[in-house]
Amino acid sequence: MEVTPLHIAFAAFSVLTLGGGFGVVTSRNLIHAALFLIVALFGVAGYLVLLEAPFLAAVQVLVYIGAIAVVVIFAVMLTRSVAGTNQVTHTNQWLLAVITAIALLVMLGFVLLNQFGTVDAPLGAVPEDSVELLGRQLVSPNAFVLPFEVASVLLLAALIGAVVVARE
Amino acid sequence: MIPLNWYLLVSAALFCTGLFGVLARRNAIAVLMSIELMLNAVNINLVAFWRYLTPGSLSGQAFAVFVFAVAAAEAAVGLALILSIYRNRQTVIAEDVDLMKW
Amino acid sequence: MDFATLTWLIPVPPLVAFFVIMLFTRRSKPVSDVLAVGAIALSWVFSLIVFFRAVSTPHLAEHPIGSTVGWLPTGDTVFAMGVQIDPLGAAVLFFVSLVCLLIIFYSTGYMVGGAYWSGDEEKGYVKVAADRMKPRFMAFLSLFAGAMLTLVVADNLLLLFVGWEVMGLCSYLLIGFWYDRKYPGEPDRMTPFKAGVRAFMTTRVGDMLMLLGIVYLYSQTGTLSFAAIMRDEHVLEGLLAPSFIAGLTTAEMIGLLLFAGTMGKSSQFPLHVWLPDAMEGPTPVSAMIHAAAMVSAGVYMAIRMFPIMSLGWHHGGPLSAPMVAMSAIGAFTALFAATIAVAQSDVKRVLAYSTISQLGYMVAALGIGAYIAATFHLITHAFFKALLFLGSGSIIHGVEHGEEHAHHEGHHFPDDFDAQDMLNMGGLWRKMPVTAWTFLIGGLALSGFPFITAGFWSKDEILADAWANNSLVFWVLAIAAFLTAFYTMRQIGLTFAGKARTAAAEHASESDWKMVAPLVVLAAFAVITGYVGVHESFPVLGALGNPFHEFVGETLLEHPETIPLDWTPLLISIIAALSGLGIGALVYVLSPLQEGQTDPLRKVLGPIYTLLENKYYIDELYEFLFIRPARWLAETFAYQWVDRGLIDGTLHSIARTVEWLSFRNKDFDTYIVNAAGDSVAGGIGSFGRSFRRLQSGRVQQYLALVSGGIVLLALLFVWLIFLR
Repeated sequence: MEVTPLHIAFAAFSVLTLGGGFGVVTSRNLIHAALFLIVALFGVAGYLVLLEAPFLAAVQVLVYIGAIAVVVIFAVMLTRSVAGTNQVTHTNQWLLAVITAIALLVMLGFVLLNQFGTVDAPLGAVPEDSVELLGRQLVSPNAFVLPFEVASVLLLAALIGAVVVARE
Repeated sequence: MIPLNWYLLVSAALFCTGLFGVLARRNAIAVLMSIELMLNAVNINLVAFWRYLTPGSLSGQAFAVFVFAVAAAEAAVGLALILSIYRNRQTVIAEDVDLMKW
Repeated sequence: MDFATLTWLIPVPPLVAFFVIMLFTRRSKPVSDVLAVGAIALSWVFSLIVFFRAVSTPHLAEHPIGSTVGWLPTGDTVFAMGVQIDPLGAAVLFFVSLVCLLIIFYSTGYMVGGAYWSGDEEKGYVKVAADRMKPRFMAFLSLFAGAMLTLVVADNLLLLFVGWEVMGLCSYLLIGFWYDRKYPGEPDRMTPFKAGVRAFMTTRVGDMLMLLGIVYLYSQTGTLSFAAIMRDEHVLEGLLAPSFIAGLTTAEMIGLLLFAGTMGKSSQFPLHVWLPDAMEGPTPVSAMIHAAAMVSAGVYMAIRMFPIMSLGWHHGGPLSAPMVAMSAIGAFTALFAATIAVAQSDVKRVLAYSTISQLGYMVAALGIGAYIAATFHLITHAFFKALLFLGSGSIIHGVEHGEEHAHHEGHHFPDDFDAQDMLNMGGLWRKMPVTAWTFLIGGLALSGFPFITAGFWSKDEILADAWANNSLVFWVLAIAAFLTAFYTMRQIGLTFAGKARTAAAEHASESDWKMVAPLVVLAAFAVITGYVGVHESFPVLGALGNPFHEFVGETLLEHPETIPLDWTPLLISIIAALSGLGIGALVYVLSPLQEGQTDPLRKVLGPIYTLLENKYYIDELYEFLFIRPARWLAETFAYQWVDRGLIDGTLHSIARTVEWLSFRNKDFDTYIVNAAGDSVAGGIGSFGRSFRRLQSGRVQQYLALVSGGIVLLALLFVWLIFLR
């Protein structure tokens, strides 16, 4: 298998993502965890670029990193306990969690590797105006306008709800 | 050409990492962060499948957009809840919120 | 109304009177008296009507007055009960109803006043009125009369036995009428209660054997009806078959068993012991029992069953076994009782032994085959014995009244002053003339005073039959006749002759008219009854014919022959009677006993007198042989060992076992059943307790479980799809 820049990029983004993810779940300091989260999210954005979905990558950075991760950092800062870092990061059932996670990974890996194999055929082309198409799909009555509207209502509800719940 | 299953494998790994974090982290915000990881893994999955199998129709991307929206909403509400709990119970440790126990 | 129905009704009025008095009129003496007398009078009227019809019916025995009803279905046949008046029945009915009427009427006047001691050693003795239970007395007398009449009109052995047994009960009730009477200071003396028990028990012995005889008869013939058995040649022949005891035919066995009943009821040796003690009852009872009713019932039954008892015997031939028994026991009893009577000083006891003796006469007469003579003597004896007893009652009443009068005038009597003791009497001739004359007539009849008394004719006929058939029996009976005359005159002399020996006798007076009138009636009958049975060959009087013989003789299938008149036994009987009366008069009338003087007979006989006075010590013998072992059996064996020890012990141990079992049951319940239930509940509880820890309230735990489950399912999936 030749190593193309694509592969290198893929590897890099993998490191970012998986390393970030690993950091999220293991770092003792919550700020560190949040920052690791940001790293992971960046990695995911990179993946999205590699997969020729630039719009989504942009949205990822904007929404996830720009909004969600920031809110998480806010929350971390607002809920700082006096002692600073927590004494123990993991619950009593961490071993069970490890086993579950690894088992799931093994199984998924097994299935995925066997089922989908390597797709050697050339990939189909992505349409030129994919963003426009996406936009049309989101509001077209034949496509996803209903889920779109529902999602907006959801966001509205979440907004109101969050405000109400977090109000002093 | 990167095989599809590499993307899928990465996505699975990320998902399992997130799962581990959900189950094993004490801090509730850390749990939330792990959930975000899981959602991101799902996103990668969706887009990879779109790209490799049906690049013509943009349903995969639309689905990913919806996932973004839901993730955002859920993060907002979840963090609000955690803040509220923190105010009432002075704790953000998920284990300590066990009023619903027997 | 036809005569058969009238016959059914004869026993009914007294029985009804019994129930009415006992249930309703017990509080009122006058009403009870009227009821009792009225009832028996009604019976007497019915009896007379039936009797006159009977004597005017030719060949009565072939179709007697009466009827039967099918009473008890027994398989194919129906056991019939009914009434029947054949010649024998008619003759007996005549005197039974009349004597019962007179006695009950007499009792209304007798049971007035008087008192006796009651109470016991601990609580003390009190004097209670003797007449306080008079209605009860009249009721029992009525029941007695009803039972006797039932017995007489019965046409089968079972109904006869019913009457028999009811009379046994009445003897107990009446002899022990003053059941609470005690004799202070004489602890061994027979009290009325003990006498009643003794009467019942002794006759019971005979009754049981008689019942066996009845059952045996029924099993052999299938019927108990008199007509069916005794007027049927075939049935009688069938009874000649041998019985289960070698040497005896069935008829002889039955006869012996039935005679045992007669021995009990008619007080023959050795079952005679109850009759003298029965004197503890009021005097009318003695008259009733010992003259009119009970003892007569025994002899009547024997006469009735004579065809069976004499089966196998022909006139002049060897006697059958029952007849041997009857003649032996009867003759012996006649002499035996006469000897005892000679040494008795209680006026009623003399009469009691005299009754036993006369019954012996009748039984012996039957035993030698003198059917008519026995019946004749039964009837005449009823009259003069009833007369003598009622007369003695009048005497006793007179002396008691005399005691009261004398008491008022200041005389003192000891507590145990016996108004019945002849030694306390004397000189009553002047004080109680009617009683004295009637008593004399009765006594002469008993002695067999020639020609003018009924007793002579009947006794003479027995002696004549005995002379013809069996010389041993004749001489025994003749000696007994001599003794009878002697002690009768002794009794009359001690009671009436001379001067009063005590103040009580001094102040005695004649009794109430209600008591004296029956005496007169009975005296009349004691004379004239004899004339119906005079031998045809007898000069002058023989012209009357011998209606009695003709009439009653029909009852048997084989009309008994008249024995030709023989002057020898006639003369011997006259000599025996007159010499006995004469010697008695010599000793007791011509030089009557003075006050404080002892009986001259005691000097003459010496120790024999004591033996006779104590009745040959038979009572003591029976006490030793029978009564003490029976008491031991009841008190010790039955009560202590069997009832308390065995039966109660078994019950107690059963109860204890059950109790133990129930406790184990409870333990089972508590420790096993309950524990099982509890442990199930507890188990579920602890299971729940351990399971609820799943609800920790911790979200992460829930999630862990969920993901674990997913992983497992996924594994399953993978294995199923990919690896198989």
